[in-house]
Amino acid sequence: MSTTTLPPGEKTRPAPARGRRAGISDRSRAERKLGWMLAGPAFAVMLLVTAYPILQAVYDSLFDFRLTDPENKSFTGLSNYSVILTDRIWWTSLAVTLLITVVTVAVELVLGFALALVMMKALSAIRPVIRAAILIPYAVITVVSAFAWQYAFSLDSGFVNSWLGWLPGISADTDWFGGTWKSLFVVCIAEIWKTTPFISLLLLAGLAQVPEVLQEAAKVDGATWWQRMRRVTIPNMKAAIMVALLFRSLDAFRVFDSIFIMTGGANNTETVSFLAYRQTIARLEIGLGSAVSVLLFVCVVLICALFIKGFKVDLASARGEG
Amino acid sequence: MSTTRPRRRVLRAVLGAALAAGALTACSSGSGGPPSLTWYINPDSGGQAEIAKRCTDAAQGRYTIRTALLPRESSEQRQQLIRRLAANDSSIDIMSLDPPYIPEFAEAGFLAPIPQDVAGRVSEGVVDSALKGATWRDELVTVPFWANTQLLWYRKSVAEAAGLDMTKPVTWDQLVRAAESQGKQLGVQGIRAEALTVWVNALVASAGGSIIENSDARKPEDIELGLVSQAGVAAAQVMKEVADSGVGGPALSTAGEDANVNAFEGPDAGFMVNWPFVWPRAQSGVEGGTLDAAVPQDYGWALYPRVTADQESHPPYGGINLGVGAFSAHTDLALAATECIVSPENQAYYFVSNGNPAAKESVYTDPEVVKEFPMAPVILESLRLAVPRPQTPYYSEVSEGLQREYHPPSSVDPQRTGREATDLITAVLQKKELL
Repeated sequence: MSTTTLPPGEKTRPAPARGRRAGISDRSRAERKLGWMLAGPAFAVMLLVTAYPILQAVYDSLFDFRLTDPENKSFTGLSNYSVILTDRIWWTSLAVTLLITVVTVAVELVLGFALALVMMKALSAIRPVIRAAILIPYAVITVVSAFAWQYAFSLDSGFVNSWLGWLPGISADTDWFGGTWKSLFVVCIAEIWKTTPFISLLLLAGLAQVPEVLQEAAKVDGATWWQRMRRVTIPNMKAAIMVALLFRSLDAFRVFDSIFIMTGGANNTETVSFLAYRQTIARLEIGLGSAVSVLLFVCVVLICALFIKGFKVDLASARGEG
Repeated sequence: MSTTRPRRRVLRAVLGAALAAGALTACSSGSGGPPSLTWYINPDSGGQAEIAKRCTDAAQGRYTIRTALLPRESSEQRQQLIRRLAANDSSIDIMSLDPPYIPEFAEAGFLAPIPQDVAGRVSEGVVDSALKGATWRDELVTVPFWANTQLLWYRKSVAEAAGLDMTKPVTWDQLVRAAESQGKQLGVQGIRAEALTVWVNALVASAGGSIIENSDARKPEDIELGLVSQAGVAAAQVMKEVADSGVGGPALSTAGEDANVNAFEGPDAGFMVNWPFVWPRAQSGVEGGTLDAAVPQDYGWALYPRVTADQESHPPYGGINLGVGAFSAHTDLALAATECIVSPENQAYYFVSNGNPAAKESVYTDPEVVKEFPMAPVILESLRLAVPRPQTPYYSEVSEGLQREYHPPSSVDPQRTGREATDLITAVLQKKELL
């Protein structure tokens, strides 16, 4: 089973091999120092705005702490976590979140790839127009897009029922937000519409990296379009695909706006971030809510680890260095 | 040396500008002129802003009132106010509060105490349910402003065709059968939202029970619920009947007050329980040409339906009461301002212009009010019977728990749902379960 990629050395720059670390040159040491100096301030800001709140949440999650009753704040250890992890709600919201993540990311990958091809191959005269048109949904604020989709599907102001009434299972009385599956269907559609441009943009960058020489060589060898796609294009942009998948999965896992606007978590459509919001902001149970947030954070770390270790995504290669 | 100096000068200029900007924003509400009070209001049709203006004029330079708009949903209004008050926000002088959240605010110490003399003046002639809603642990903690209640709205033509005598009290059972026989809808709020709690509470109260049986419980884990009582079962039975008969319409599980009014203006309308805003809305629909003038002429109104034929109904109570922020720098002026805001003239103005019924009984005989709202006497009668939603500092837990178990209404099982809701809410209050 041969796939065609250029040998590492012939791409842009050699990938830093592991064995080379011992003999680090003066120049690369200077480069590393410059790198730290350039990235340092950003790193410090990141620590301040992300690490500090994360640590604060971890600390708060160990307490029974209600915002309106600060005097009775008491240390309860890990009991918040055991309450959450033994509760059906947590597991349903986790399942719903995973479902939304898997469905939307899978559909978006296929759609996004198709759109990236369109953007890539479009006539240069209309290319800017097509790119702009494809990117518009991504520029729409998520809350606005959630409202738009909700209005489209709702019973009183929606047009979907009257347009698609000829389809089996859809009638003028179909209440899209009246059941779990139908609600999740609309949520997924809205998410897919909104974020496919993001994936297609990342994939477009990947497509642009596939060396034209390889395509031509394959063509000369008599490879069909499908063979070129499978053996040349996709293997060469694996890094871009994986990075797009990783970013989008992390993003999809945090889905909040659509649920908040469209269903408010009714009919078992609650996601993990919505659960955290409700415990912290609506119930004012800072301790319990922080524990949910910490668990959400752990999930995100696990997804990252799965991609980076499990699928061997090299984040550096996505920048065109690998 | 020469290179650092200009840089320092730039830094100094930037810092100076920042400080000046901070000082300017801090001053805008304070020094020079009378103290400015900030009144956090819920969105309305401009009535509260107008009242603020009138009271500013009436204060003759003692204070001015500025309004700040809160979010649309009352739960979100609560969230914003609590977040600010938990941080001791001194900019909150007066706030428009939804009554169910008042115990929580009072218990947390977010409300400035109301002196006896003020309390005496502002509770004079106030309808009983509004007074109850403004009180926590036998003390008036907020100033009653306006009081809302739900009426039974009906289409005269449908009620007549079904042979219902609407001059006498009707039961839910009768309404369901009438709507069924005419193929019309009975509009109720089946949405998973506060409106559902309102419905459940009114049903339980009308059946002679109450959702919380010991609202003076000091600790959350001591709260006892009355959902498995006979009244609780009877209430669940009504919900099940409405859902199973299909008279609630196809969108029952997502229908809120607005969706109900939309449906009530349509061809399938028969009956509906809803707040009085139904009336001004129909009037403006006719004026705007979106509603046939014959439609509101067919509207009838009566007291909230009964659960059992021989027991008076207890309609929902809502509205807005005014709290004075505990961290306000001018609590005395804020209290004086609330007295002005709730004057009978302002309540009458608010009723007529915004459709929000007054808390003071005398307003209901105001000729202008009666002219605009022919149902004003029924509203007053309804307010006298109305009961507040469960009064507890943990109201949002109780309400959310109810919404989870009683939604969708078609899933309600009179024998089971009350028990499940009790178990859930108790476990949540004991912090053994999530919500």
